[in-house]
Amino acid sequence: MTTDSIKWFWYASPQTFFPLAGTIARVCAVLAAILTVAGLYVGFFVAPTDAQQGEVYRVIFIHVPAAWMSMFIYVVMAVWAAVGLAFNTRLSFLIARALAPTGALFTFIALWTGSLWGRPTWGTYWVWDARLTSELILLFLYFGFIALQAAIDERRRADRAGAVLAIVGVVNVPIIYYSVKWWNTLHQGASVSFSKAPSMAATMLTGMLLMALAFWMYSIAVAMIRVRCEIAENQGQTTFSEAQPPA
Amino acid sequence: MIALARALVGRDLLLAWRRKSDVATALLFFIIVASLFPLGIGAEPNLLRAIAPGVIWVAALLSSMLSLARLFAADHADGTLEQMLLGAAPLGVVAAAKAAAHWLVAGLPLVLIAPLIALQYDVAADLYGVLALSLLLGTPVLSSIGAIGAALTLGLRGGGILLSLLVLPLYVPVLILGAGAVEMAAAGLSPQGQLLLLAAMLIVAAAFAPWATAAALRISLE
Amino acid sequence: MSEFLAMGGYGFYVWGAYGVTFILLTIEVALLMKRKRETKA
Repeated sequence: MTTDSIKWFWYASPQTFFPLAGTIARVCAVLAAILTVAGLYVGFFVAPTDAQQGEVYRVIFIHVPAAWMSMFIYVVMAVWAAVGLAFNTRLSFLIARALAPTGALFTFIALWTGSLWGRPTWGTYWVWDARLTSELILLFLYFGFIALQAAIDERRRADRAGAVLAIVGVVNVPIIYYSVKWWNTLHQGASVSFSKAPSMAATMLTGMLLMALAFWMYSIAVAMIRVRCEIAENQGQTTFSEAQPPA
Repeated sequence: MIALARALVGRDLLLAWRRKSDVATALLFFIIVASLFPLGIGAEPNLLRAIAPGVIWVAALLSSMLSLARLFAADHADGTLEQMLLGAAPLGVVAAAKAAAHWLVAGLPLVLIAPLIALQYDVAADLYGVLALSLLLGTPVLSSIGAIGAALTLGLRGGGILLSLLVLPLYVPVLILGAGAVEMAAAGLSPQGQLLLLAAMLIVAAAFAPWATAAALRISLE
Repeated sequence: MSEFLAMGGYGFYVWGAYGVTFILLTIEVALLMKRKRETKA
């Protein structure tokens, strides 16, 4: 065993990860705040009014980043779940568990903001197009993961069962997306179709990217604090912090 | 290994035969659910003909899912499942055999009864074949994927509802392809694409789902 | 300012979207801070 491989697992122990998580959370929270201000400034004051949609297109600055995060977090969750199953490191499962609520929240936000954007532009709050339907099912996948872990009292079984579910789910997400896409294109009954703004002004893209990064930093910060809470609640008396399980 | 699988399937079939009421109940559920829609939506023939593929497929989905909870429950209760875990037989083969038996008992009857439901909905006669074929290809996929859910929720309180929440999102592609095949045929187009994709899903599910089910069983029985 | 709030007539949709997002994220952070306080993590 080389020195490199020892270092690799150094932070896999909750005890050593605990302070690191705190540092990461603080840094990412500050970055999230800065990026949010920058992103919203660009989104509202720099990006021009859209020729076709007027001002309402500005919903894009939270809708698209939220949708990106909803999918990204699910994949990251599944990756940590797989790492946990492969290396039997408890911390990996804790991180997966900590990511799920934030992922579900962003999925809901994507659906909500998309719905409000759709009403004035498509004339309806909801259509069964490929993206919306598969995003809705993604929300159910998140709920399933959270519900399964909540239903199992024994931590080890909960962690591992959730991990299997997350991995099966992540394999299914592209399948669900393509099957719904195919279903939708065959049923060309929908009188409205959503197409991205053909060429996006550079400022619009910048605003979107800034908000996406802001959401990403936010997710990391929130997940790190949640992991710290998970560690504290499940380690009994700790010597590495004052953290205690709730009385 | 084939002999082992055959023995396991035979055992499950024998057990199901001894409790015919369980099997019959699932089948009756399928028929009742499919009969509810005309009562709720109104018996307009054109409307019913249009929604028939979707309704039959959703009813098949729900019926297949209801009988999933029983998949491992009986063996788990009397300790047989743990013996299978400890035994020399590869757990993947056990899982595959159980899913196959589930299909024979809860999936195949649906395929056979579906034309009767289609008759109720006044579906055109030339669609019966596509309907039966889509269900024939799709229901084994439902059994395979459902087995994963059943293994994950083994012995949990609120298991049935939780199982539904876990498994229904994974069922969605099968539903879309299966109902879609029949709807394509109804529109006069070829259902070949959907049916081939269903066949592909069947092969992939049959190959990989037992592995996931076995992993889930080990986790649930530790 | 009133022009900003009106968002070209689409104020309901834009602020409905941004507002709910902001509220939900605030609730998530508030709940998490409460949990953090309780476990002194």
